[in-house]
Amino acid sequence: MERVSLERKVLSENDRIAADLRARFTEHSILCLNLISSPGSGKTSLLECTLDSFDRRERAAVLTGDIQTENDAKRLARSGFPVKQITTGGTCHLDARMIERALLDWRLEDIDLLLIENVGNLVCPSSYDLGEAAKVVVLSVTEGEDKPLKYPSIFFKSELLVLNKIDLLPYVPFDIAVAEENARRVHRDMEIVRVSCQTREGMAEWLSWLDCKRGNSRAAASTS
Amino acid sequence: MHEIGIANSVLDAVRAERRRFPGGHVHKVGVRIGELAGVDPDAMSFCFEALVRGTDLEPLALEIEYSPRRYQCRTCGQSYAASRDDSACPACGSLDSQFSGGDELELAYLEVEDGARVAGT
Repeated sequence: MERVSLERKVLSENDRIAADLRARFTEHSILCLNLISSPGSGKTSLLECTLDSFDRRERAAVLTGDIQTENDAKRLARSGFPVKQITTGGTCHLDARMIERALLDWRLEDIDLLLIENVGNLVCPSSYDLGEAAKVVVLSVTEGEDKPLKYPSIFFKSELLVLNKIDLLPYVPFDIAVAEENARRVHRDMEIVRVSCQTREGMAEWLSWLDCKRGNSRAAASTS
Repeated sequence: MHEIGIANSVLDAVRAERRRFPGGHVHKVGVRIGELAGVDPDAMSFCFEALVRGTDLEPLALEIEYSPRRYQCRTCGQSYAASRDDSACPACGSLDSQFSGGDELELAYLEVEDGARVAGT
């Protein structure tokens, strides 16, 4: 028996497409973010609030992934910004090819912020690079504080943790300090914002994080 | 449950790679899965067996090398594997460390039966 070393990535085809997308995003100075959470943590609400706070001249667009229904796209389209639903038909995550296909009839020249809402799932989406500049994980206070420990992959790979639904803190036994400590056990330098899409508390911090990232992506485009 | 897609990617890679061994049969494929890869080894094995059954690749075994999160301590220099929910350095207790691995999802090797020629390498 002969053993032959391979040393290549299993998802090399996905990674190739993701690298191509990333290069196109950089070329057009688009900031692309990949939002990931459990079902029901409030990704769509966070996006609604975000789009709602934007001036209409902002060049933002959203791709939203779900196994079934166009419901999220319909909700988000009320903002007036370009929104497209990616219906995976059973697949538990988005992959780079789905993003590539969804972008075919959009002019990248007209976009400078692309927000991707992944399928609600804390496991599978973490394996697939979509060409994003950063992953953002959303955790709501109605979930367990130990989620970062149970799902270390996505908390490790995300640059920002959005702790959502903080308006419910008085009514749930959620220790926000413990949740943040758990996130930092898995990802020491994790940035964290606490938000409520109902009271809008913390939205300013989230929007200023976005602004800061958008500044970085414009700078990257001008030097490339 | 994306392991079925991942297992399928492994089989695609085995099919592509085996062209390098005309007349040889690939018996085993080794895959390295890091704790942070987001792939469950048991689910992966289950999907792999189901996909291989009844195909031209049979018999093909899967060997998974599972690797924990690894760090190098910036305080004392120790390299270590972190336990599930604690990434502090076991030697000095410092939390100031550099991540050094544990997110890999790689095809490590193929085992090919004796006598096969390696073409084009």
